[in-house]
Amino acid sequence: MTTAIIGEAAVDRAALFEFLLRTGDNALILAHRLSEWCGHAPALEEDIALANTALDLIGQTQLWLGLAGEVEGGGRSADDLAYLRDAREFRNLLLTERPNGDYGKTMMRQFLFDAWHYVILNALRASSDVRIAEIAEKASKEVSYHLERSRDLVIRLGDGTAESHARMQEALDDLWPYTGEMFVGETSDEALAAAGVAPEPQSLKAEWDALVAEALSVATLKRPADGHMHKGGKRGIHTEQLGYILAELQFLQRAYPGATW
Amino acid sequence: MAAAHPSVKDIWDWLAQVPDPEIPVVSVTDLGIVRDVAWDGDTLVVTVTPTYSGCPATTAINLDIEQALNDKGIESVRLERRLSPAWTTDWISTEARRKLNAYGIAPPIDGTAADGRLLKRIERLSSGSNLTVACPRCGSTRTEKISQFGSTPCKANYRCRDCLEPFDYFKCI
Repeated sequence: MTTAIIGEAAVDRAALFEFLLRTGDNALILAHRLSEWCGHAPALEEDIALANTALDLIGQTQLWLGLAGEVEGGGRSADDLAYLRDAREFRNLLLTERPNGDYGKTMMRQFLFDAWHYVILNALRASSDVRIAEIAEKASKEVSYHLERSRDLVIRLGDGTAESHARMQEALDDLWPYTGEMFVGETSDEALAAAGVAPEPQSLKAEWDALVAEALSVATLKRPADGHMHKGGKRGIHTEQLGYILAELQFLQRAYPGATW
Repeated sequence: MAAAHPSVKDIWDWLAQVPDPEIPVVSVTDLGIVRDVAWDGDTLVVTVTPTYSGCPATTAINLDIEQALNDKGIESVRLERRLSPAWTTDWISTEARRKLNAYGIAPPIDGTAADGRLLKRIERLSSGSNLTVACPRCGSTRTEKISQFGSTPCKANYRCRDCLEPFDYFKCI
């Protein structure tokens, strides 16, 4: 087994690589979804805000996938990982690849993700791997803004008109089955948690639940019951949505390998 | 025999002349993004920290720094990225805050960075009268936030309710 020495802990390099791919892919795929709104959002300010959120997430993707390539040690750059992997090699949560729907649904997806992103990044700031702790410190500042914004909009739209309330409840009900995957642990998570590199996914649930429950209550929205939860993204089993995303995201590098500008 | 290297102090002075590409009224040192300058043999190492991780100006800033130093006769420059401690608006100098305001961008109000709990922050913002974002054009404190994001990720969009001008607020991070 190849190991990377981090502080006093020896961590399976493959487990660390998987973890970094997941973290980077979540940011990349959600950023791509948000960027689809560019030029189409309901108001200019919202358009700019979504594009800026996407930009933050792409910046974070570069850091996470850059580190993933370094850990892998095969000479792959962040760009190589973003543009030249196929769907089965992506490790993002299925939630991040859900279609945008209407603006309310986009903000609901964003809020459910931001709340989790905020909690995991705060935990990662204490990672025993200093490289991870540094990226998390940087990213968590940006994500605090994302969470404040998406929470605010979920509340305004949830506790808005009858129409906006109904749409937000529908969005919540639709997206809820995609939230369980955030807290599903894989074998590689146990090794990373034991070495203090990353938290066990289940350990983040209580804080996420509290953040979400508080906002939904102010938004007058009803938290759906936990029923069947979709999963697979973390293992590379995706919905058909990811293929369409990659077709657009990767087209240029696939058609013109190595193109730069 | 190579000539003596320019002093680190001179280099800091030169860097203080390199404008931020997005907000040219302030320099890269004003913003606090140059973290270190040191010689490594004949190579000058300039350590830079990004403002936001996705800031598209980062590449331009690095090129500008390299170009400015090349123009001063330094041939070998290496730029290094430092993430930690993460950049904070607290590092923006007092002079730079004055320049931002004169340029039409309300400078950051320290201690108001997002912490993920908007309600708490609004309480904190509204509890002290000096924490209001003042309009850089007319000075009125009757202003309102239009959007958490302005023309760049580092700014929020505000509007003055007296002179009615929209303006950017350099938000705290």
